[in-house]
Amino acid sequence: MSALVNVVRSMFLTELLSGMALTFKYMFRERKTLNYPHEKGSLSPRFRGEHALRRYPNGEERCIACKLCEAVCPALAITIESEPRDDGSRRTTRYDIDMTKCIYCGLCQEACPVDAIVEGPNFEFATETREELYYDKAKLLANGDRWESEIAANLAADAKYR
Amino acid sequence: MAEFWDGYALPGLWIAAKIGALLIPLLLSVAYLTWFERKVMAAMQLRMGPNVVGPWGLWQPFADALKMVVKETIIPTKANPGLFLLAPMLTFMLAIIAWAVMPVGEGLVVSNINVGVLYLFAVSSLGVYGIVIAGWASNSRYAFLGALRSAAQMVSYEVSMGFVIICVLLCVGSLNLSDIVRAQETVWFVFPLLPMAVVFFISALAETNRHPFDLPEAESELVAGHLTEYSAMTFGLFFLGEYANMILMSGMTTILFLGGWLPPIDIAPLNWIPGPIWFVLKICALLFVFVWVRATFPRYRYDQLMRLGWKVFLPLSLFWVVLTAGVLVAFGWAPGAEG
Repeated sequence: MSALVNVVRSMFLTELLSGMALTFKYMFRERKTLNYPHEKGSLSPRFRGEHALRRYPNGEERCIACKLCEAVCPALAITIESEPRDDGSRRTTRYDIDMTKCIYCGLCQEACPVDAIVEGPNFEFATETREELYYDKAKLLANGDRWESEIAANLAADAKYR
Repeated sequence: MAEFWDGYALPGLWIAAKIGALLIPLLLSVAYLTWFERKVMAAMQLRMGPNVVGPWGLWQPFADALKMVVKETIIPTKANPGLFLLAPMLTFMLAIIAWAVMPVGEGLVVSNINVGVLYLFAVSSLGVYGIVIAGWASNSRYAFLGALRSAAQMVSYEVSMGFVIICVLLCVGSLNLSDIVRAQETVWFVFPLLPMAVVFFISALAETNRHPFDLPEAESELVAGHLTEYSAMTFGLFFLGEYANMILMSGMTTILFLGGWLPPIDIAPLNWIPGPIWFVLKICALLFVFVWVRATFPRYRYDQLMRLGWKVFLPLSLFWVVLTAGVLVAFGWAPGAEG
């Protein structure tokens, strides 16, 4: 009996037709597409995007050239040189991140004792040349100035879980 | 001079005008078939499909065409350049010339020949040459395997398609496509010959190398089959030919089973709509099914494909030829049997 049912089923293509009915039904479902450049998904406060060097509210840069980030960086993407400044404080003279080496693991911001180097929410920093991805201190500080409000908000949102 | 004008030039121009009136909408619809396919498949997969170039992505086919025209045609070093370039032209040409006998409406046909069905069948069978030549001339393993598969597949399904067409011809008693449509004025052949219509449509899927019978260009196994080595406009011609073939097969199904340009019922509001519009609507519905099937089913395995062709469709269609002939004779319905 079941063999007969199977024969009838395959002769009338019932399984194929039910499959087609399913795809037809899905044709009128809501689209799941995010029209990316026009619409964007939400990002976690912990999102690890483009790097930035932050400043204190009075404009003084946070980085104290402890080189912990350079030491912890598993991809050896960070290069730091430092000298004492005229007022006696130790500051970096060079802070380079090779963004082509960086693996965006976030260890640098975990290592930083003063929250100076952070990975901000920006992930749209594609460039047309490789050289533009060798970030220097000026570029990183500029990023910090540009993204400070978002970075501060993210750090505040995540602070209670730390 | 007057004889030259009346005898040759004017009829020639008239034929050229008819061909243009058929070909320009055809090529446009080939272009928009790609857009339609992408949109429908996207909708079935909960995506958007092309929506950036123009409103609803409507200029996308032109953007694609521009890309294909501008790109470089790469001829592989080991390829046979003459045949390599001939193959896409052949495919495209055959997909286009088949339209010469397609009756779009009552009397609206470029060439109303008496063996229209045979001509169509011959042209669609020749289509395999473009693919085989492409596979051979590319001198590439993937292309060669794809071409072999395509040849075997098209030959297998043509056999059962032939029998299906014989079923229809038995009911009509004429090989002329316009006569076939006129014979369906009382009832479309899709109703008495429903199993054959389904067999014909599935064979048409196989004939045009469409899903779920797209083994000749199975991406996961053969890269792109016979298209592997093609680029730019040579690829474009194959692509156009393939989609023109889809429209052609839909047109053939429409004429053989769905009553061509005839309205579903010959009553007032329906028969006000001109025949060509019915014809186009029916083709669109079938093309939608082509895309729908593609979005629904996975690809056949090759031995399954051959089994379906030779062990299922061939006996079934053969049986139906005998049945049709028997019924027509037994009830005296056979055309021309009155006398």
